[in-house]
Amino acid sequence: MDSGDVGRALARIAHEITEKNKGASRVVLVGILTRGVHLAKRLAERIADIEGVAVPTGSLDIGLYRDDIGMREPVPLAPVRVPDIDGKIVVLVDDVLYTGRSIRAAMDALIDIGRPQAVQLAVLVDRGHRELPIRADYVGKNIPTAHNEEVEVRVAEIDGADEVVLGEVSRPAARKEAGR
Amino acid sequence: MIKNLLSIRDLDAEGIDRVLSTADAFRENMGRKYPTLRLKTVVNFFYEASTRTRTSFELAAKRLSADVLNFASGGSSVEKGESLKDTAQTIEAMGVDCIIARHSSAGAPARLAEWVSASVINAGDGMHEHPTQALLDLFTIRQHFPSFDGLRVAIVGDVAHSRVARSDVLGLQTMGADVTIVAPPTLLPPGVASWGVHVTTELDPVLADLDICYLLRMQLERQKGGYVPSLREYARLWGLDRRRAAMLPERALIMHPGPMNRGVEIAADVAEFPRSVITDQVTNGIAVRQALLYLMLGGPEVKEGGPDAG
Repeated sequence: MDSGDVGRALARIAHEITEKNKGASRVVLVGILTRGVHLAKRLAERIADIEGVAVPTGSLDIGLYRDDIGMREPVPLAPVRVPDIDGKIVVLVDDVLYTGRSIRAAMDALIDIGRPQAVQLAVLVDRGHRELPIRADYVGKNIPTAHNEEVEVRVAEIDGADEVVLGEVSRPAARKEAGR
Repeated sequence: MIKNLLSIRDLDAEGIDRVLSTADAFRENMGRKYPTLRLKTVVNFFYEASTRTRTSFELAAKRLSADVLNFASGGSSVEKGESLKDTAQTIEAMGVDCIIARHSSAGAPARLAEWVSASVINAGDGMHEHPTQALLDLFTIRQHFPSFDGLRVAIVGDVAHSRVARSDVLGLQTMGADVTIVAPPTLLPPGVASWGVHVTTELDPVLADLDICYLLRMQLERQKGGYVPSLREYARLWGLDRRRAAMLPERALIMHPGPMNRGVEIAADVAEFPRSVITDQVTNGIAVRQALLYLMLGGPEVKEGGPDAG
């Protein structure tokens, strides 16, 4: 996906969010760090264009909720900044949906913060291989992948350009060493 | 991350930075409870009275969902004559992952770490070190200054008997700060010349240049030891009163590890000045200890006798 594809996918998701929720007045967009946060901000801009309302956004770090704590070096943490979510429709935003484990952690983190009326999930890429019963409500693109492949979402704010690249993991250990 | 924290020297600048930035995440949402360490057990192993350090560690561990045992030597088998080693091994046999140790003897936590396979955190040993105090002080300073590089810090008071001073000096030096020690001649530690700090017995001349004025607790029993003629005299010569506080630059922070002797090392009203961050230090202590417990206990178990994980 090039930057045009990413932009169009986000625009469509923004429309779908407002359609499904009959507007955006109760919607809060919470991005999962790191790239999900930027995607959530983009979605908020698109929704503002469509509906003329400013949707609150937040950033969620899931490091303290991971299910592999004690199995790997502790991941670095970033401050969680989530607006009031009580009674709101929270749309979790992540770059890639894979095993579903991050989303499980994100939902636990969210429930510790407040009691949303509903939680929905928006992802730019769904690459399959779910290990938990989790599905996305909004998907930018379904990309069937093999386990040894890696889907990398790049966003302009961090990586200089919006794009999605498919690569092969040459060393399975590399990811573990990188920590995150 | 390191297995034990016995001295602030166990952490290099990068390690300290890692603890402080992790603490940022906890500081942002104080009071929130996380499931992270729910399978871990932490024991507060205190051979010396403490309120703030013990409760701070207890809160930090509980907010990460660890089980917390509190062991105080008073009213325990220690009074029946059990040795430190036997007591520690008994506690460890109950399946403890981390021992937070305070002891009146310097080096006791280090000995403990040799006897048990659990992680050991030094919560203050004699006149030796208090590394988590240094971490929370560094964290508090970092909230106000973008960099430690060249930061001018004076540590004022009973440096000779202070584990806080020792750990703070080492931690500040690791981070690149410029430290001055101000103390009555009788309360300068022996060998202070080798510490790599400026040393002076007069407070007034250093005040105007400071970024941090850190006051140590004047232990009341020092007067009996003949180190100072009287507490009034001490307050007059080395206490931070209103007049001296006015000599500090606008930017300077006033810090104290607590508990304060108001009217001795710090005037009652000076402790309430806007630039006094003494209560922030207490709050930050919880966040820093949460960060430390997360980093030390949140990774794969370090095998007994094995090298510390990087």
